[in-house]
Amino acid sequence: MAIELKMPALSPTMEEGTLAKWLVKEGDTVKSGDILAEIETDKATMEFEAVDEGTIAKILVAEGTDNVKVGTVIATIAGEGEDASAAPAPAAAPAPTPAPAPAEPAAGEDGGPKKADSGTKQLASEKAASVKDPAIPEGTEMVKVTVREALRDAMAEEMRKDPRVFVMGEEVAEYQGAYKVTQGLLEEFGPKRVIDTPITEYGFAGLGSGAAMGGLKPIVEFMTFNFAMQAIDHIVNSAAKTNYMSGGQMRCPIVFRGPNGAASRVGAQHSQNYGPWYASVPGLIVIAPYDAQDAKGLLKAAIRSDDPVVFLENELMYGRHFEIPNLDDYVLPIGKARIVREGKDVTIVSYSIGVGVALEAAEKLAAEGIEAEIVDLRTLRPLDTDTVLESLKKTNRMVVVEEGWPTCSIASEIAAVVMEQGFDDLDAPVLRVTNEDVPLPYAANLEKLALITADKVVAAVKKVTYKG
Amino acid sequence: MAKAPARKTTEPAKTNRERPEEPKRYEASKEQLLEFYKQMLLIRRFEEKAGQLYGLGFIGGFCHLYIGQEAVAVGLQSALDGEKDSVITGYRDHGHMLAYGIDPKVIMAELTGRAAGISRGKGGSMHMFSTEKKFYGGHGIVGAQVALGTGLAFAHKYNEDGGVAMAYFGDGAANQGQVYESFNMAELWKLPIIYVIENNQYAMGTSVNRSSAEDQLYKRGESFRIPGIQVDGMDVLACRGAAEEALAWVRSGKGPIILEMKTYRYRGHSMSDPAKYRSREEVQSVRDKSDPIEQVKRELEDMKVTEAELKAIEAEIRKVVNESADFAEQTPEPDASELYTDVLVESY
Repeated sequence: MAIELKMPALSPTMEEGTLAKWLVKEGDTVKSGDILAEIETDKATMEFEAVDEGTIAKILVAEGTDNVKVGTVIATIAGEGEDASAAPAPAAAPAPTPAPAPAEPAAGEDGGPKKADSGTKQLASEKAASVKDPAIPEGTEMVKVTVREALRDAMAEEMRKDPRVFVMGEEVAEYQGAYKVTQGLLEEFGPKRVIDTPITEYGFAGLGSGAAMGGLKPIVEFMTFNFAMQAIDHIVNSAAKTNYMSGGQMRCPIVFRGPNGAASRVGAQHSQNYGPWYASVPGLIVIAPYDAQDAKGLLKAAIRSDDPVVFLENELMYGRHFEIPNLDDYVLPIGKARIVREGKDVTIVSYSIGVGVALEAAEKLAAEGIEAEIVDLRTLRPLDTDTVLESLKKTNRMVVVEEGWPTCSIASEIAAVVMEQGFDDLDAPVLRVTNEDVPLPYAANLEKLALITADKVVAAVKKVTYKG
Repeated sequence: MAKAPARKTTEPAKTNRERPEEPKRYEASKEQLLEFYKQMLLIRRFEEKAGQLYGLGFIGGFCHLYIGQEAVAVGLQSALDGEKDSVITGYRDHGHMLAYGIDPKVIMAELTGRAAGISRGKGGSMHMFSTEKKFYGGHGIVGAQVALGTGLAFAHKYNEDGGVAMAYFGDGAANQGQVYESFNMAELWKLPIIYVIENNQYAMGTSVNRSSAEDQLYKRGESFRIPGIQVDGMDVLACRGAAEEALAWVRSGKGPIILEMKTYRYRGHSMSDPAKYRSREEVQSVRDKSDPIEQVKRELEDMKVTEAELKAIEAEIRKVVNESADFAEQTPEPDASELYTDVLVESY
């Protein structure tokens, strides 16, 4: 029987990619280890190797085809003794066109094992805010970009404007960024301003902080914020406290940025939300945007700020597309939350990737006649409590959604603020929807159970609206 | 352990890497030597007064005195270009600030936690800064100033301003991991920095021999190709001579260099340390044989400076120190509203 070659996933989060090039043709004999094709995503290019021996029987997806879904049969190999030309094309080959939603894994259809489905698939939404930023002039052209591109553009624009701004971190220059966020920056700004560091987080976070004290404006990229634990002393003790300790004499205008929170199937040490950690530190600004527009507008503001900023991105969101205004200089204010959806029945407060989960939940709730208002905090420190309390006045009910642990969380903080300052507006207790209080497990089913879902948000909203 | 005699020579390198020249003891004029004497004496008397005020309860928290180590800061900083070079150190920072000519009043007022202190009373003994003088602190976490100082050097190179950063740290900090992360990047990028290890022989109560596998700390840069020089840190002219050599190396674009200053602190690690880990005789022996101030005094006498002149200097310095103490005791504490200022630079 012919062996089916399927479109491989280059990462746990890859859903589709481009079949850039075939390096074999029908009739070629291949053995394991031979490179068959080149596969591309917006993040990386990879070579696709043969695992089996035999003859290429049929190439089913032509080179240059975009949006080939992971798992699509792209070619067949005839084994020894089989007639390659006689091998039939599989009937059920999915068309290489983008599908609106990722298909559920084919559970045992071909008698094979059930494929693991990551809990993070349910997490990263592409749902757009239904409330537009009123600061964007009427008639402004909107363009669709990924969060990744928005972040890169923010850095590039600020680097063009201010020669003191530079980027440093692991793989930011020649590799073009471990997650390709700094793609193209080396080419435009050169090695003086786009600097590959050794793997030495404590050292380069300290070096960056010192450079900021010496008058520069560093952007320090952590490959992920999990690794910034090695550097947290400089973020907290050196960057955050210096202005206060020096009586306002010595500043530390630095941006620490990188992906934060759970990624896909990477286990406990690479899956943590540090929002609450940094948000507890006076002297820091902490920003955690959801969509591309906020990513760009707030990163530009962060780079311009004279204060140290912790800018928490999310790897699962990097490839998501959103519309952003096509303006020369789109900068957003730090410390201002945003209503991303209006509603009268309940307020859902969230930030970062949790906003998408809240938006998904709001759609489900709307179908049942419950109109949720969603507040995206955007900045975790200073916290825009006014916007949260204003919304509570309108809805009298609140659920906080956070992709992170429950204990000492931003959700806990919101609940405390609301109890202290909005108690009379509450018609029900504030509920928290957070990840489970465990290190993030690797097994796909457990990972899924540990993370927040829209359904958990729906259930909490029904409780506070007494409709559950 | 009695203070080991400072090495007069540095072992020749075993490789064919370029090495800095053996530093020469600086030949100071009478005026220069008098200036060094005054600065060292000011530090000594200032620190004695700070110890006294601590005992009286005017100074709180941690207070690390520089007594015994005066020659290091005075000798090294006298070689820097105040217009472009920068300095950073750890928590034992009073001496470095005085050596930079910062008004003793605002330093002492910081120690007593007053509004007129250099950090408006919000930093204290370990957290003092003068960006005007390019003195970047004053850092309380052991070893943090090494990475931060490397960042200052990065800024000098980025701005092409010709400046050199000087980062001081102790023999204790020399065992911190970030020191080696910093060494690696500094040599990799040829950053203009002088790493000064003030080896006063004790990391709090632990002697160098008990804490360091390689106790010849000037060699600590070898695996990063950073040359090191061991210097008699009790001799202000040897310190100055070493600074000249180190500056020549760094300014010529050859990257970082390490100076290990063999010195000694007479007092405990901080005011709350009774220093039971060494004998009274050990301390007395160093004071008798190699006190940095007495050494200069003898040289000044050889240069025909009269006893009357030296006494006049002593009187003048006592006056300055007493004035600073009076000021620090009497000037008001920060206004309560200062609690909330300077947390952030901007308003959001």
